[in-house]
Amino acid sequence: MERQVNQKGWLMVLPAILVVALNAVIPLMTVVNYSVQDSFGNNQFFWAGMSWFVELLHSERFHAALGRQFIFSAIILLIEIPLGIIIALAMPRKGWGVPVCLVLMALPLLIPWNVVGTIWQIFGRMDIGLLGHTLASLGINYNYTQEPIAAWLTVIIMDVWHWTSLVVLLCYAGLSSIPDVYYQAARIDGASRWAIFRYIQLPKLKRVLLIAVLLRFMDSFMIYTEPFVVTGGGPGNSTTFLSIDLVKMAIGQFDLGPAAAMSLIYFLIILLLCWIFYTVMSLEDDEPQGGVL
Amino acid sequence: MIRFKWLIPTLYIVFLLLPIYWLINMSLKTNQEILSVFSLWPRDLTFANYKVIFTDPAWYSGYINSTIYVVMNVLISVTLALPAAYAFSRYSFLGDRHLFFWLLTNRMAPPAVFALPFFQLYSSMGLFDTHIAVALAHCLFNLPLSIWILEGFMSGIPKEIDETAYIDGYSWPRFFVKIFIPNIASGIGVTAFFCFMFSWVELLLARTLTSVSAKPISAIMTRTVSASGLDWGVLAAAGVLTIIPGALVIWFVRNYIAKGFALGRV
Amino acid sequence: MARIRLQNIAHSYVGDTGNLDDFALKKLDLTWDDGGAYALLGPSGCGKSTLLNIISGLLYPTRGKVYFDDREVTTLPTEERNTAQVFQFPVVYDTMTVFDNLAFPLKNRGVDGKEIRRRVTELAEMLDLQNDLKRKAQGLTADVKQKISLGRGLIRKDVNVILFDEPLTVIDPQLKWELRSQLKKLHKQFDFTMIYVTHDQTEALTFADEVVVMYEGEVVQVGTPEELFNRPNHTFVGYFIGSPGMNILPCTVRGDRAVVGKHEIPLGRIYKESTGETKLELGVRPEFLTLSTSSDQGLPVSIGRIDDIGHLRVAQVSLDGLPLSVVVGENEILSGQSGHLVFDTPHANIYADGHLQRGEAV
Repeated sequence: MERQVNQKGWLMVLPAILVVALNAVIPLMTVVNYSVQDSFGNNQFFWAGMSWFVELLHSERFHAALGRQFIFSAIILLIEIPLGIIIALAMPRKGWGVPVCLVLMALPLLIPWNVVGTIWQIFGRMDIGLLGHTLASLGINYNYTQEPIAAWLTVIIMDVWHWTSLVVLLCYAGLSSIPDVYYQAARIDGASRWAIFRYIQLPKLKRVLLIAVLLRFMDSFMIYTEPFVVTGGGPGNSTTFLSIDLVKMAIGQFDLGPAAAMSLIYFLIILLLCWIFYTVMSLEDDEPQGGVL
Repeated sequence: MIRFKWLIPTLYIVFLLLPIYWLINMSLKTNQEILSVFSLWPRDLTFANYKVIFTDPAWYSGYINSTIYVVMNVLISVTLALPAAYAFSRYSFLGDRHLFFWLLTNRMAPPAVFALPFFQLYSSMGLFDTHIAVALAHCLFNLPLSIWILEGFMSGIPKEIDETAYIDGYSWPRFFVKIFIPNIASGIGVTAFFCFMFSWVELLLARTLTSVSAKPISAIMTRTVSASGLDWGVLAAAGVLTIIPGALVIWFVRNYIAKGFALGRV
Repeated sequence: MARIRLQNIAHSYVGDTGNLDDFALKKLDLTWDDGGAYALLGPSGCGKSTLLNIISGLLYPTRGKVYFDDREVTTLPTEERNTAQVFQFPVVYDTMTVFDNLAFPLKNRGVDGKEIRRRVTELAEMLDLQNDLKRKAQGLTADVKQKISLGRGLIRKDVNVILFDEPLTVIDPQLKWELRSQLKKLHKQFDFTMIYVTHDQTEALTFADEVVVMYEGEVVQVGTPEELFNRPNHTFVGYFIGSPGMNILPCTVRGDRAVVGKHEIPLGRIYKESTGETKLELGVRPEFLTLSTSSDQGLPVSIGRIDDIGHLRVAQVSLDGLPLSVVVGENEILSGQSGHLVFDTPHANIYADGHLQRGEAV
């Protein structure tokens, strides 16, 4: 759509900008301010320059948390995106099944994140949880407070439980925007199930998948509440992801300087990776689009 | 293969519902039963856990607080996003693209990064432990999202509608309220749904910005876990009660979810 | 290519309830000859698309049988029928090049690469697509996309029939002509059986050897364009075909005369008189009425508006309050006058409950 040049647009955007800026710019500047200072308590601050950044980039603790974070996000994307696509493809396209599926699938998305943690904390326990108890009675030692592997499994399954539906809903919406004639034409052309997916469904899904990958990447990279409730970052440091490490450092140890520096690096990593995702995935997409995006 | 296609969504839904079922199951048991016997359904059905929540103001005020700031956030987000989205979809102005991307990047800011600065910011404004503080803080991610969704819906409305209205002598505010808003009603519904969703499920900022009088239900739950630790029944009941508002909202918008996604940004 | 025969076809979207009102297609028998060009004409919702889908196998009819030559294909899936279809909105595979689009049906059927290349190149030339072969289908205009969809049908040598579902709807008017004549040429060249669905009578009449007119789930007439014009089998055909449509007047019959109000009109044939239950109507095309202001032969009418519709003029007249359209020449007739109307006897038809009555020669 052609948009007319009108600087009045600024006036209409202004209220929204102010509210977001209040929440984004001031805290960000606070963080930047902390990141270049050192404090010895009593509100005394000293200029520390880039030293926190240098120290952080060489710290094993940060590397470990970052590594865990990348592995976690990669696993999450590798499971949730294909699974979401498969489920969306298998969903009924009309009839009573549609609202039933949509409502039940959307349910986990609307549960407060710490309650999600609580649900899985209970569900996985070997004494009172259905999953833990069942596995224990099968002779499997599934103790997520002691075993790093069990802890990882719990956190991953929990995230799949929590967020796959978002991918499903997005893909389903993308699929239902494909007119029936495309499927009819494909049948007439003798296309196989795979060819239909490859040449009709996948191209239509590209844009929703971009949104899904971005959202899932951002949110999994920022994950805090759910694993914090379930494992508290343990056992040991095995599920201490970046956010958890950050909060431990800032609130637990009152190391404001390093925590702030870490926040900034963290934020920049997310921005950078999202930009890369966005550019790579929309590279082939030469279709002209309406609106700003 | 086609014949067994229904199995996939069915299995997935079973997987989704099992943990929720388990939570409900536990909320209807006594603590003693939870810890002593392992049973798939409550042998000794009790509503005592729910009674605890409904009779203790420390518990139920949490629900009221959560509801208040979520509603405030939805209202603020939608009200401010409407003109902004209109401007992005209809006008071209200096720096519009950069502005739009800057807004979206805020969706990417990890709340953990901002927790402490937020605390200081709202304390210095004297808003600490008020509902409006949480509602405003949640605008950080909900307002960009609202603008993004609404802009998608608005771009789907032909420009001729605006032009016809001006020719018919409508002033801009009157046109916007009387003609434009009814046209994107379903978009507003979808936006409100997403705002509700993200505001309702968020804990970190809500907990950071409140202590007593605006404390959200989810934060009260975490406190109970660490304090008494073992009252599983009440914890489960509280969990179940936090699921219900979400479930009700989805039920009301069930027909719009897929359509909303499709009409908007897809 | 094949002869297509539909035997007692009926279709209901809600299952076989036995209630005729539930049927989108009521019982029909039709045969389409090999290599013929047929048009399926009717208003929206008359069952054209349902019929098309039954032929292509996207729908299985509730009742009746479909034959391609002598082979029954009623419940054969689409992919085994070897039909092709061009849809109302162009369907192309956006991410593929034009070449790959044309090659797609062959690839799916496992034809080898060299043969595919040969046939696509050959076909592209006939369709005037040779310069676009390497382009992505996404950015092309609607008319080119429609040519590609047609090409995906033509590329298969063994295709039984090519179905067109209002293929020119989204094409710009000036390109419509071009595309239509190109299609006609291709039809001659390839000699495929062609079924062309449309609600545009000009399109149907200029295109087809034979036109099938449908109305409310029934075939009301099958015939050449001339037959449809001269002797409409049904008042709907009379009204739908021709512009302006046929004049329809409620009447009764007395021997070889139709009685309209207090006037009598000679019919030249003897018809059965009304039994009271059936509704009798007199139908006559505006082209077969003569209006004159000078002679006092015929029925007295008052002349209303006169419309100039390009190549002819049409007068709206009133016969005791009953409105009729009359084609008038470039003569002196003016509105507001009174005149006399003469019916062309052989072209005055009698309809009972909408259906044409044969009558007996006098």
